[in-house]
Amino acid sequence: MITKKIYLYFPKSETEKPIVYQLVKQFDLIVNIFRAKVTSEEEGYLSLEVTGTQENIDRAFGFLGTFDVDIHAGNKGMLWDAGRCGQCGACVVHCPTGALSIIDRATRTIGFCEENCIECLACVAACPFGACSSNF
Amino acid sequence: MTKTYAEINDKIASGKAVVLTAEEVIDYVDKRGLEAAAQEVDVVTTATFGPMCSSGCFLNFGHSTPKMRISEAWINDVMAYCGIAAVDVYMGATQLRHNDPANMYHPGEFRYGGGHVIEDLVAGKKLQLFGLSYGTDDYPRREIRTLFDIHDLNQAIMVNPRNCYQNYNVAVNCSDKRIYTYLGILRAKMRNMTYCSAGQLSPLLNDPLYETIGVGTAIWLAGARGIVYSQGTQHCSLAERGDNDVPVEGAGTLALTGNMKEMLPEFVRGTSFKGYGVSLALGVGIPIPILNHEILRRATVRDRDIQACVIDYSTDYPQKTGKVLARYNYEQLRSGEVELNGKKIPVTSLSSYNKALKICNLLKAEIEAGRFLLAEPSQRLPLNQGMQSLNITGPAR
Repeated sequence: MITKKIYLYFPKSETEKPIVYQLVKQFDLIVNIFRAKVTSEEEGYLSLEVTGTQENIDRAFGFLGTFDVDIHAGNKGMLWDAGRCGQCGACVVHCPTGALSIIDRATRTIGFCEENCIECLACVAACPFGACSSNF
Repeated sequence: MTKTYAEINDKIASGKAVVLTAEEVIDYVDKRGLEAAAQEVDVVTTATFGPMCSSGCFLNFGHSTPKMRISEAWINDVMAYCGIAAVDVYMGATQLRHNDPANMYHPGEFRYGGGHVIEDLVAGKKLQLFGLSYGTDDYPRREIRTLFDIHDLNQAIMVNPRNCYQNYNVAVNCSDKRIYTYLGILRAKMRNMTYCSAGQLSPLLNDPLYETIGVGTAIWLAGARGIVYSQGTQHCSLAERGDNDVPVEGAGTLALTGNMKEMLPEFVRGTSFKGYGVSLALGVGIPIPILNHEILRRATVRDRDIQACVIDYSTDYPQKTGKVLARYNYEQLRSGEVELNGKKIPVTSLSSYNKALKICNLLKAEIEAGRFLLAEPSQRLPLNQGMQSLNITGPAR
């Protein structure tokens, strides 16, 4: 069993299709949705984690490819811009999973571990430098 | 054993000066002893990087044809002060963008303002000037809209009336609802604590009695060669101090200026504080000449020897009660957790130790390479100066 993070963008034509249902039903994937949103223009964004066998995940990606959906494997809905980070650490206390943390205590370096991020977006409000942003 | 500014500058110019950062000097003095180290070390570099609201810049646009006085101006929709000579303006760091809803829908986001304009200028970006005037015989133009960048300006001079606070409050929120402050988001019921100081790297904590940092001191202002031009506003040296003369509260401040055209974008950064407003985070490095062993001893101050006061920003700070909930030293604060009233509270900083350390090293490299000479202050900062409150007077209603 492996786990993959995916970030999907659905144009208006695809937002009403029950794609996630099929991921579970047809490909036996465990689905953990971080965030989902349908905009007022009826475009859809979905950030999720899928767990299953490599074979099933490959087949599921093939299935997703039959829709007009943008698939970003591993590319999550939350972005941390290392260049914009002011290295203050104001975010650290607001991050519930330790995805944003002090990775070197001697130089007080702040780092972001994408794996641990659950996209709560608490950091977006807490960061004075605008280093954290959301894809949607 | 004493040294003069001239002797130290001679050593710098010949590339022989011994320069240590405020962090390195601590262990060095431990190993070598104070007297020996005072002979060997010429300069200690100190630095800080954090939000400094009392910052801004004077810009001179040069004249269009026909000429215009510019009596109102907006840069990227952020208003600049024009109550000075023709085509000079002052852009302040905390100025909000025109039509920013501020806290009308609380907490406001304050995504762009004066601090961001200053960041964009230093980054060399194109900005839009919109100006209005009433028209005079010698300055007939009444409106202007044009794009410009920092290279198009005759001068872009940063002038910051209050930077480098000697020490600062530690903020906590004792109320039962989340509050939004210039020290960041404070969660209800003391669920977090924030501070804002570079501690043992910070300039005025390494020179607590202003023996070397004074009016005229040469500084590293975001990479540019700048100076301390005055005591900072709210300079209040008459503060409570520890046995080592290090203040436990705000105390001294510096007024700084430098040429923005020479600045590095990494150290000039617009900031947005949710529910509070915009500001400018700025990197400042100040060299301390080791004129004698007393000055060196003070420059070896450690995080654990610097205390700061915890203030409740939900009531005591806004209501000015003066109540201090607790005191911690910066070693405790930097550990990321302190205990208050039997409760463990996570602590974070708004000031970046990482960037301050980087600045200490950049300034050290410049001095070692003979590119940065020290300047002897022409005036000492006031030592026994208090601060007045604003009393509300006026006609009785």
